[in-house]
Amino acid sequence: MQEAMINKAKQLLADGTVNRVMGWKRGEFVYDITPAVFETAEEIDADFVCDDFTAANVSKYLVKESRKEGKILAFLKPCDTYSFNQLVKEHRIVRENVYVVGIPGGPKLDAEKIKAKGITGILCVKNENGTLKIDTLYGEETMPYYEAILGKCETCKSRKHVVYDELIGEEGEVITAEDSGRFDMVEKLENMTAQERYDFWREQLSKCIRCNACRNVCPACTCENCVFDNPASGISNKAAADSFEENMFHIIRAFHVAGRCTDCGECSRVCPQNIPLHLLNRKFIKDINAFYGEYQAGEDTTSRAPLNNYDKDDCEPSIVHERGVE
Amino acid sequence: MQVNENTNFEPVIVAFCCNWCSYAGADLSGTNRLNYPTNVKIIRVPCSCRVNPMFILRAFQRGADGVILCGCHPGDCHYTSGNYFTRRRITLLYSMLDFLGIERDRTRLEWVSAAEGAKFAATMQEFTDAVRKLGPNRRLEDLRCRKQ
Amino acid sequence: MQRIGVFVCHCGTNIAATVDVKAVAEALGHEPGVVISREYQYMCSESGQNLVKDAIREHNLTGVVICSCSPRMHENTFRKAAAAAGLNPYLVEIANIREQCSWIHKDIASATEKAVILGKAAVAKVHLNAPLIAGESPVVKRALVIGGGIAGIQTALDIAEAGFDVDIVEKQPTIGGKMAQIDKTFPTLDCAACILTPKMVEASQNEKIHIYSFSEVTDVKGFVGNFTVTIKRKARYVDETKCTGCGLCTEKCPMKKVPNEFNMGLDNRTAIYIPFAQAVPKVATIDPNYCMMMKTGKCGVCSKVCSVGAIDYKQEDKFIEEKYGAIVVATGFNPINLDKYDEFAYNQCADVVTSLELERLMNAAGPNGGTLLRPSDKTHPHTIVFVQCVGSRCDDEKGKPYCSKICCMYTAKHAMLIREKYPDTEVYVFYIDVRTPGKNFDEFYRRAVEQYNVHYIKGMVGKVTPKSDGKIDVQASDLIANEQLHINADMVVLAAAIEPDKTARPLATMLTTQMDTNDFFTEAHPKLRPVESATAGIFLSGACQGPKDIPETVAQGSAAAAKAIGLLCKNSITCNPCVAHSNELMCNGCSACEKVCPYGAITYQDKEFRMPDRTTAIRRVASVNPAVCQGCGACTVACPSGAMDLNGFSNSQIMAEVDAICK
Repeated sequence: MQEAMINKAKQLLADGTVNRVMGWKRGEFVYDITPAVFETAEEIDADFVCDDFTAANVSKYLVKESRKEGKILAFLKPCDTYSFNQLVKEHRIVRENVYVVGIPGGPKLDAEKIKAKGITGILCVKNENGTLKIDTLYGEETMPYYEAILGKCETCKSRKHVVYDELIGEEGEVITAEDSGRFDMVEKLENMTAQERYDFWREQLSKCIRCNACRNVCPACTCENCVFDNPASGISNKAAADSFEENMFHIIRAFHVAGRCTDCGECSRVCPQNIPLHLLNRKFIKDINAFYGEYQAGEDTTSRAPLNNYDKDDCEPSIVHERGVE
Repeated sequence: MQVNENTNFEPVIVAFCCNWCSYAGADLSGTNRLNYPTNVKIIRVPCSCRVNPMFILRAFQRGADGVILCGCHPGDCHYTSGNYFTRRRITLLYSMLDFLGIERDRTRLEWVSAAEGAKFAATMQEFTDAVRKLGPNRRLEDLRCRKQ
Repeated sequence: MQRIGVFVCHCGTNIAATVDVKAVAEALGHEPGVVISREYQYMCSESGQNLVKDAIREHNLTGVVICSCSPRMHENTFRKAAAAAGLNPYLVEIANIREQCSWIHKDIASATEKAVILGKAAVAKVHLNAPLIAGESPVVKRALVIGGGIAGIQTALDIAEAGFDVDIVEKQPTIGGKMAQIDKTFPTLDCAACILTPKMVEASQNEKIHIYSFSEVTDVKGFVGNFTVTIKRKARYVDETKCTGCGLCTEKCPMKKVPNEFNMGLDNRTAIYIPFAQAVPKVATIDPNYCMMMKTGKCGVCSKVCSVGAIDYKQEDKFIEEKYGAIVVATGFNPINLDKYDEFAYNQCADVVTSLELERLMNAAGPNGGTLLRPSDKTHPHTIVFVQCVGSRCDDEKGKPYCSKICCMYTAKHAMLIREKYPDTEVYVFYIDVRTPGKNFDEFYRRAVEQYNVHYIKGMVGKVTPKSDGKIDVQASDLIANEQLHINADMVVLAAAIEPDKTARPLATMLTTQMDTNDFFTEAHPKLRPVESATAGIFLSGACQGPKDIPETVAQGSAAAAKAIGLLCKNSITCNPCVAHSNELMCNGCSACEKVCPYGAITYQDKEFRMPDRTTAIRRVASVNPAVCQGCGACTVACPSGAMDLNGFSNSQIMAEVDAICK
């Protein structure tokens, strides 16, 4: 796959279709992956990588990149195409300036999960019939493949690209919520008592160190000036000084992306404290589906976002009181 | 659910009222001398759709024990569609607060027309009673703002 | 440094009886920025206002808080007072300590405490108030009247009389509306056509009036003084400018079996038609659903006989855009559909008719040339039963909860006319109540009973059953005699409830005006502003606002015209300065605000910005048209970055109030 992508990238650079390539490059470790922009074939040969660890959603980088001179090639996994579409819809990405090549999606691997098995010095990984073979500095190790999969890939919502100019590999299909089970954890929480939910979230959100990684990686959080950084907004804060502020940051952030979040799962992937932040977004997605009809942000570029829309017969907020346990 | 035994507890209730219907409804309950608790303090906004979730959280942060939002009945919005957007936003916000384990009875949305002075007074009485029963807001408070 | 003045009103004893006003003034005097805090008996009185004005001048105040009655009552009074003393009127805030404090609380201590908090919130807000300057927006000196019935015609004539251009948009091929179909009018019994058609001609000949017949409003943009309206001119397949209305085509048209709407389907017309002899404009229209040429491409008779070459089978709908300063809605009413009323056998028996159908049956230009004959066998009816309140004052889903208002009077008229012309006919009227308020109305009804011997029976008709001999069995109860009746009738006339025209609801959405649950337009105030809608610049004329008879409709039509003229006389109108504005530096250009704006006040443009790294970038940013924005604030919440804020109700102002209340 990486080979085919590199060839495609070099070809498009050579024929002048694009003048830059958005992809990934490796850092010090094999699992230390950063999105990167390549400008020459040499750079691509040297650093371009696409493997089991290239999970990062690169669509957000195109907000800035698509406003630069010339066209950029972007390799997008199915989940990334939803984010891309959503940003096109919000006029954040200039579609004409991006050449999208769809590439097969994950599942991608979570290095933390491998390291949790006590495996260190990872050099190379390979999936062999459900067993992950890991070459390390200290010899070969194995673990069950499914145990190493990233959380966001475990509940994959779609293997279908919703936008592309060209496709490498085969097109997949949308996965239903029943099959992906992506709302299971939200539902489990909903079925708890209010006190249990409160305790759950207090335990989770109290871990927050306000590093802003979730915000900075989120393809829906592309504001020119975030309200939390803006002293005039009345809610700006750089560090949570109180449990209230821990709550507020995550409630407001989830609310601001409600109806726009494509459920790419990057927030939870990058959280250094392992807070399951995606559950907040999924709660909104689940509610929107239940209250206002199935809606998948990023599926298209024309439909109205649920919060910018209404129906005269929408349910009343009292529905919150009427359902489930307290 | 904690029930406050301390009967001296007087909740702070913030009521956001749209200028055209609910604020006028509140005025009408005054004109008709319909009593409701002094705990309720009204903030006038042009339309219920002006109420940002930030305002509601801010109220809880600064010491409110309950927040109620009132607007024109759906279909009667002075601005035609404002309260339809309110309804979606607030439904989701309240659902999220519930998801985080915040007591459901601390938040409420009620449609009150300019003619419904009695409904306004009754709603405020009911809501204050419900919040008083819940006791002080502890789950969404800012300790720095707690009153002595 | 802010210099704020606080003025606490006693409102006689209205406030002072339950709120310790001195304590309130004292407490608010200690608030930051407050340099003077006074209380007074009646703040709104001239001497009270002078107190405020003097304090503004003397202390050079930067903000004023009045603790008094509701801002809905006197906000404007105090804003004007501030302006008179040289302070920007939007630097005044009202703390409502009467309606929302003294009047609802009994305990002086807690009411005083609450009044102080409300005052503090107002002080906190006024700290952040910015001086606002109301903009002006020009008024387009042209009015649009939607609907060309008697209401619309009257309004248009009055506006034209005042010297303004006015356009009438009528969806039918002719103006005239329901009144054109009516035979005689109550209580004078003069012929409707004789008083209406001269008005129709007057409208068509008035230089200031332009009639768009067979047209519909499809889009309305803009705001008071400056509406942009798209009008669809439906293809009538006849060139209006060429057609002389000679009527030769309608005589020669071979397709003669088209139900005639004007006669309520009681007879037929041709596929190319002029609705009635006095139609305005008198221009033929082709009904493409029936025209052989349009359907099969074979015929073309009308085209051949037309000496001026007005026929154009290829004509298409045209859309035109016009600008107006004021819009008057006069969309009128229709009788409700009676299909669900099986008990009255309306669908089963041709001799059970609605009152409007009876109008046509009795009209000289109607299907029988004015002789009242049964539709089924064209014989003269000898017993006629009128049923009142069919669908009016009705609790179930089939009908309407309201009184249709006109039925009692027109039924008395029908009964009287029939008895006058055919004294051998027995006429029964079944009623719940007879409602005849109005000048000469009750006298009229009494004449029907006393002079013309119409049998008025209090009670409802239970069942109408057509019999095999052509007669109709009417089963009813007489509530006064307390007995069941069976009447062997020849005809039954149903006084169907009236409802707003179906086009009214989508129109209300386009105009952003309010409607009640029955789809009648809601007036701005039920007593004091009966012909204005709550949306500035939109006025209501005739039955679109509620059931009305002709004199009331004409009165309201003229009243709406007067209001529209009042607006058109102005060269410009003052805008509400409490509107949204976007901070371009923070705007993402994501279009969320535009999507929720009910007025289309937000547009986007690409602008060049200097970035922090000294490069320049083109960014898409929102801008609000302050003349279009009405200040609802929907955009401010849709905007995730907080770039959008609202004058007079800014994020920081509202949060300052929240803080003050919760402290």
